[in-house]
Amino acid sequence: MAEVQQQADSGKGGKKRSKKMSTSLDMTPMVDLAFLLLTFFMLTTTFSKPQTMEINMPVKDVPKEEQIALKASNAMTIILGDDDKVFYYFGLGAPEENPEVIETDYSASGIRKVLISQRVKSNPKMTVMIKPMETSRYKNMVDILDELKITDTKKFALVDITDTDKQLVQTKIGQ
Amino acid sequence: MPKVKVKRTRPSLDMTPMVDLGFLLVTFFMLTATMAPEKAVIVDTPSSVSDIKIPDSNVITISIDKNDRVFFGVDGQNTRTALLDKIASKYGVSFNEQEAKTFSLISEFGVPVNQLKSYLALGADARRNFDKTSPGIPIDSVNNQLGDWVHQTRLTNPKVIIAIKGDQDVNYETVQQVISTLQDKKVNRFNLITDMEKRPTTL
Repeated sequence: MAEVQQQADSGKGGKKRSKKMSTSLDMTPMVDLAFLLLTFFMLTTTFSKPQTMEINMPVKDVPKEEQIALKASNAMTIILGDDDKVFYYFGLGAPEENPEVIETDYSASGIRKVLISQRVKSNPKMTVMIKPMETSRYKNMVDILDELKITDTKKFALVDITDTDKQLVQTKIGQ
Repeated sequence: MPKVKVKRTRPSLDMTPMVDLGFLLVTFFMLTATMAPEKAVIVDTPSSVSDIKIPDSNVITISIDKNDRVFFGVDGQNTRTALLDKIASKYGVSFNEQEAKTFSLISEFGVPVNQLKSYLALGADARRNFDKTSPGIPIDSVNNQLGDWVHQTRLTNPKVIIAIKGDQDVNYETVQQVISTLQDKKVNRFNLITDMEKRPTTL
């Protein structure tokens, strides 16, 4: 409602006053409307676009002859187990190598320490193979890819787990 | 002597700055934000330090919810209409105009092709309810419909990029099946949708 300021009646004989006409508008409904719209837009919109991480998978069905063999000294294997467990060993995991399987976790002092250790960082040919077990969660996979990104490990591959790897983990758990 | 009149004053607040601020914010939100598309499933994505943003258009979203159901979504109404045509002829089902229209408006779905017709016949609310119990798109090796959806979409729109949006608790087995489906279709580069996480300052 628009209101006109009331003027005090000066009565007779007073000083001559200039007529002050100030109009003031009640803006409350306008504020109401503005904030209603504001709330509506805040609730219905997605503000940030989701993040993504890019991943390149090797081409399937490359004939055996064209594949380049990886040297055991340049390989590291990380196995993602159930219950958020991580196992890793150096080498290709052939039974005759008798690799030492070590259990660790996803924390900053866990697998990250291994990935920035001398043994990995000083060898530019070091390839990390990630082998998630069927019982591991999707989060584990993203976490490990994330760790590789944090530690700036460029050479890595997502590999299907083999039976020997499963056995290695089994014996490790059994110990 | 004139009578002393009680001065009537009403406390009044100047709301102009508040209105200014309000409308400034409204304008800002109207201009910057995009409508959140309706999601068929709730997916709680894991977080990563990666800071690549997903593009606005030409994206296939493959959502995997925590019950290992796979949902397929692609943006662009024209793409969806063309896609339905191709899938229909591939699987020998036909969709009338109404169903095609409904399909072009759905951002995400998770039903096998043989149930798609009845799914499209449902109303919006019924469809939302059905999404809670729908079986998802078959991805097993015998009946891999996800592969066909992806393949046909890429034929329809070659620029399309593929994003996998998996729930934290999904078994890796399902993810592996999705990835190997993509690899079978010669898709070797794809994105994983994650939440944002702060990069640790010290290693």
